[in-house]
Amino acid sequence: MKRFLIFVRKEFYHVLRDKKTLLILFGMPLVQILIFGFALTNEVRNTRVLIVDHAKDIASAELSSKIDASRYFELFTEPGSTDPEESMRAGKVKLIIVIPTGFYASMLHEHKAKIQIITDASDPNTATTLSNYVNAIVQDYATEQNLASSSLKILPETRMLYNPQLKGAPNFVPGVMALVLMLVCVMMTAVSIVREKETGTMEILLVSPFKPMMVILSKAIPYLVLSIINVISIVLLSVFVLDLPVKGSLVLLFAESILFIITCLSLGIFISVKTSTQQTAMLISLMGMLLPTILFSGFMFPIENMPVPLQIISNIIPAKWYYIIVKSIMIKGVGIEQIWKETLILLGITTALLFISLKSFKIRLA
Amino acid sequence: MRTIIILLRKEFRQIFRNKSILAMVIVMPVIQLIVLPLAADYEVKNINLAVVDNDRSAYSERLVNSIVASGYFRMAAYESSYKEAFKSIETDKADLILEIPAHFESNLIREGKQKTGISINAINGVKANLGGAYLSAIIRDFNPSETVIESAVLNRYNPLLNYRVFMVPGILAILVTMIGGFLSALNIVKEKETGTIEQINVSPIKKHHFILGKLIPFWILGNIVFTIGLIVSWAVYGIVPEGSILLLYGFIAIYLLAVLGLGLLVSTFCDTQQQAMFIMFFFMMIFILMGGLFTPVDSMPEWARMVVRFNPVSYLISVMRMVILKGSEAGQLVNHLLATAGFAVVLNALAVVNYKKIS
Amino acid sequence: MKDTIIKTSMLTKRFGDFVAADSITLEVGKGEIFGFLGANGAGKTTAMRMLCGLSIPTSGEATIAGYDIYTERELIKKKIGYMSQKFSLYEDLTVSENIDFFGGIYGLSRKDLAEKKEALVQNLGLQAHLKKLVGSIPLGWKQKLSFSVAVIHDPRIVFLDEPTGGVDPLTRRQFWDLIYTASSNGITIFVTTHYMDEAEYCNRVSIMVDGKVVALDSPSALKTYFKASSMDDVFYQLARNARRSE
Repeated sequence: MKRFLIFVRKEFYHVLRDKKTLLILFGMPLVQILIFGFALTNEVRNTRVLIVDHAKDIASAELSSKIDASRYFELFTEPGSTDPEESMRAGKVKLIIVIPTGFYASMLHEHKAKIQIITDASDPNTATTLSNYVNAIVQDYATEQNLASSSLKILPETRMLYNPQLKGAPNFVPGVMALVLMLVCVMMTAVSIVREKETGTMEILLVSPFKPMMVILSKAIPYLVLSIINVISIVLLSVFVLDLPVKGSLVLLFAESILFIITCLSLGIFISVKTSTQQTAMLISLMGMLLPTILFSGFMFPIENMPVPLQIISNIIPAKWYYIIVKSIMIKGVGIEQIWKETLILLGITTALLFISLKSFKIRLA
Repeated sequence: MRTIIILLRKEFRQIFRNKSILAMVIVMPVIQLIVLPLAADYEVKNINLAVVDNDRSAYSERLVNSIVASGYFRMAAYESSYKEAFKSIETDKADLILEIPAHFESNLIREGKQKTGISINAINGVKANLGGAYLSAIIRDFNPSETVIESAVLNRYNPLLNYRVFMVPGILAILVTMIGGFLSALNIVKEKETGTIEQINVSPIKKHHFILGKLIPFWILGNIVFTIGLIVSWAVYGIVPEGSILLLYGFIAIYLLAVLGLGLLVSTFCDTQQQAMFIMFFFMMIFILMGGLFTPVDSMPEWARMVVRFNPVSYLISVMRMVILKGSEAGQLVNHLLATAGFAVVLNALAVVNYKKIS
Repeated sequence: MKDTIIKTSMLTKRFGDFVAADSITLEVGKGEIFGFLGANGAGKTTAMRMLCGLSIPTSGEATIAGYDIYTERELIKKKIGYMSQKFSLYEDLTVSENIDFFGGIYGLSRKDLAEKKEALVQNLGLQAHLKKLVGSIPLGWKQKLSFSVAVIHDPRIVFLDEPTGGVDPLTRRQFWDLIYTASSNGITIFVTTHYMDEAEYCNRVSIMVDGKVVALDSPSALKTYFKASSMDDVFYQLARNARRSE
């Protein structure tokens, strides 16, 4: 045991000596929380919209000012611009609303009027969202015009559960946790072990009277500690900067986090056993692990939208399960009785990974 | 000139000798380009609905039917109480609850209006927002009304609202960036780590020759990856650039110089490959997240949009979408071109200056 | 001394408070084999890196082949060869490709390069290994190859930083044969080592302790002066009081 501690201490020296990496290691969660918390939003705001008003009557003016007043839109005017679609192609506007001549008259006489909405559907989501917003404004306007009418009305009353202000934080904080842990543990562990192979120092360690697997484990421990610090800092940031309290048990959250960290470390060890150069290890952990983590954990894109084969693949991504667990504990405040299944799956993946890497490590020695 | 050829020959030999890296550089983008757009589907559909119908009248049934008929919602549960329905939210079986109160129909006829409750699991704000909006819109349409303003929606450039068409050019942009950025960042550091750089440093090789010798091979590799990407997006997704392919290659040529310059700059700063990789990753992450791939740049707050101006990736993503999907022309890309060329010049100049042959 | 080729005066390198090389003053003549001895951490590598233009001195002066080490570093580099302590050929290139590359960056013409390669291969008996990756050939071969590559452009001086670390006595002997041949062709050899038997092969040696040169003369003169039977003994007498060592 004492010898093991000596090894662990050496690994800590390695990690702590590299100030540039260390800075980024701790800066990473901070920057991610900042970006996700304050820069990224799926909400569509301040979209430049061009209104081509052929009617130029009271109704079209009222409607235009109603659209302008909405926080989603900003009227775009370009003096001397001839072709509205040219502005769209140049990316200056994302939406064009065409109000035909005689708009007010047809509303008045026929109780019916038409407008045309042209969207830049190269971004289909934004396009759909925008045309929905315009429609809502237009329908509101139409309703105002016949307030007096006494038809049957169902008034929907909407309640947002868990996240009444529709903040992004409840969704992405668990995602950032999964991402940062994945990065620190898988990439850093894999690369730092392979580095010893590449520089030849691994041989020296392996001939020491010390179990080879212990050598590997001692390399993983500093990253375990760093990751726990990162989890703590993310939780602190989300509570104090993003006002997102942890609803469930902190102890449970940390226990599950440590389990996930161990999963990632085993994945890192697994990659390191299978590769021989740092570049390969890095490319595998980056291309093979990181992007799938972002995609398949479900924190960026809903898994239920994916084709069935991909949904099945998503089940072997540990981050998916961790993401569900963290979301359940932090946001919904549920206990272990609701997430035991996910926990068991993580445990299973970890055991399998450790078993396989241990086995192939022995083969390599023989 | 001869020196550069000798440097190039050496770099290419090293690149082609390492088969696993080469395979990864070529195969990974292909796989990712095929799989990722399938996965990255943001369209909100199949929202799981739990209904609590306390009225069970003909009118409430019609309302529920018209909701299901809209195609956005899937009936996940039909519960007898709100408490039961809430359980299905807790276990993620349902995303939202529609609660129709008792005496819904009779109240509606007597008073002309009646409230219904919608409760949404709002952890995922976007989904909640859209789901709520769809449901409200359907209910509103269900109300008979007098003055109607019909709006005809015309979706330009992507009439079928195919989300993949939108994602593919963006993902290709990211892949080209990652491959170029990482390989170049690791390269000089690797020579530092193995000690071969010393042997170069005691030789009379010129600094800019050395940097050029590193730049050109990865520039060519980047172009190859880009070409493969274009072929894959045509073969798999049927995406043919609306605009000029020449323009695309022209932009990529300048863009790659910028990314490789960044990689080489990072490389000259670092002592180990691990460090270089990590620092590069840090920048890449910021660039990708703030590049407008997943979320529109326009929606960002003022300060973030300022940051995005210094993000080369955002220019590429935007140009790819403009040229491939909208058929934009060179005249409309002047700002993008100038900014990217600026990055290329500054980053490479810094890399040459910062590559010191002495310690 | 006939034709001085390396001349230093009070050459000093500091890293913060630490004086790695302290006021080094020495002269090396053309064609000389100059041994640069010292314990680990005595400052040999630091001094050598300054002479090669890999590191800028804090103070002092030096000229290499008549060029100033502050202002004419790039000119110096054309005239010198260098073999570092860390093996530094490309392990993922073949023997032949490495020779082509290093010959090429020193500006050898295609014809010269082909002749040089042929001679080198003959000389070292490398015919069988020419197409092998450098990473796969034995250490002894690597080091001989390294040396041959370091002198491929006929430099005036070649700097060798502990060139024979970790190889067997026979290979070391062969390595020194290469050094003698180079020397007889007029190339000056500046070599650091801590094998004292190798010191005996040098025309003159200097011994560094704690960053300073404490002795400089031919091996026989040093042995007489210190009343020692071998260079080992000389070294021991000088170095045992060293404060810096690993």
